[in-house]
Amino acid sequence: MSYPINRRDFLKGAGALAVTASLPISLVEMVFADTAENFTFAYISDSHIQHISGNKFVRNWDRGLIRAVAEANLLTPKPDFVIYGGDLAQLGSKAELNHGAEIMSALRYKTHYVMGEHDYYLDMGAYWEQLFGPQYYSFDHKGVHFIVLNSIRTYDDWTYNRWPTAEQRMLEMAGLDNPNGSPFMVGEEQRKWLKSDLNKVNKKTPIVVLSHSPLQKIYKGWNFWTEDAEELQDMLKPFDKVNVLYGHVHQIQYNQIGNISFNSVMATAWPWPYPQSYAQVESHLPKLTVPINRADPFFERDATGWQFVNLNSGKVDMTFNLTNNSSRTVKFNPETGQPEDTTYQGEDQRIAPQTHY
Amino acid sequence: MKKIQLSVVVLGLLLLGTISMVNADEFTQADLKRWEGEYMSVVEKGRNLWGSAELGTNGVACGQCHPNAANTHPETYPKFQKQLGKVAELRHMINWCIRNPLEGKDLETDSAEMIALEAYIHWERRGVALAPGKH
Repeated sequence: MSYPINRRDFLKGAGALAVTASLPISLVEMVFADTAENFTFAYISDSHIQHISGNKFVRNWDRGLIRAVAEANLLTPKPDFVIYGGDLAQLGSKAELNHGAEIMSALRYKTHYVMGEHDYYLDMGAYWEQLFGPQYYSFDHKGVHFIVLNSIRTYDDWTYNRWPTAEQRMLEMAGLDNPNGSPFMVGEEQRKWLKSDLNKVNKKTPIVVLSHSPLQKIYKGWNFWTEDAEELQDMLKPFDKVNVLYGHVHQIQYNQIGNISFNSVMATAWPWPYPQSYAQVESHLPKLTVPINRADPFFERDATGWQFVNLNSGKVDMTFNLTNNSSRTVKFNPETGQPEDTTYQGEDQRIAPQTHY
Repeated sequence: MKKIQLSVVVLGLLLLGTISMVNADEFTQADLKRWEGEYMSVVEKGRNLWGSAELGTNGVACGQCHPNAANTHPETYPKFQKQLGKVAELRHMINWCIRNPLEGKDLETDSAEMIALEAYIHWERRGVALAPGKH
């Protein structure tokens, strides 16, 4: 017997806040044969807390994270923990990380953090580590093996030899479309660590990999990309149940590559265009992905949302609740062996706002 | 004396006419190159503004939400903008973004900055068919 979280249960807890249709957090449920071991976790990501000067921060981005934290505290049933998916800061400064950490401190749950490029490229994650812990690690929870990777590293030459100041390095990587940027990668050091970590894990143990960038190649120009994605996928191949959850892209994406299910999480800050809406280049959004509705800029929280995931038999089964939009459910279809939207998957079932151009 | 002056004027008018006809019909590869250079220098200015904090007051830049000016759809303007309740031009939406997410003040719609932003947006969208009114 599973213990799915549905919207009604959630809203019982959330009534005090008069929450409307959507929440910028992700709630993840793992469902296994032994129901006593069932558990959920929430997922908040990409807040981009941005310092203006003195004690001023960009209000819009602050509000996204404050709302996510407040709503996560009201979840029913309570999640066992929270994952923060990276890019807490915009330019990696102590002011931004401190302010973000203070907002996050209102969360009533243990939180595991993932490194984003906006947290990293000022001081190579040094201050972030003081606040949140190591840049890559693994942990076990009720029979599931969780792996956190810093997937936003890049070539050493770019990182250490190219830029006269740390501030400039951070700014160059912060511009999503900056041609002076450099492709993300996990890198040799972590791949070596991952190999020895995975050696200790039974092949039947469900695995959840948490990274900031997609561990698949979608569009290099905006770093919807991880340079060593294939090597990482190969390392995960021997396991029965593998899920990769990632942030960075600020939009709904899902995909199936071999045994690995991929799902992105939403940003609390702002949405990004799908790569195909940049007319000058080729990109490779997974064909499976039915896009989120195009954002209405007049609603500053639109195109953020919350989702909850069942991992029945180790496969992702995700429901998205979207601001000012209808809910979406993407379920793993055992007949086709891939995640599919339960309403919109067929070409003839899509609605006009899902057309990105 | 008067006759001479008149002849000079008439001759001058004839010459001007001839020269202007030549100018209207002919331009060289060098002209084309120069005009493209002028245009691209404005595109470059627009690209720099796109990534800069100077259009607003809170440090937010256009490019944060619109990498490569994507999701701006310049080919669809003018169009009915339901949130404004009227047919709007791209420049009106640019100013909307400057006022709201960037917390800045409207640009004059014929200012050099506005023209540069439009030049950059259109450049990133080159090759896409016009679709005025499309939502």
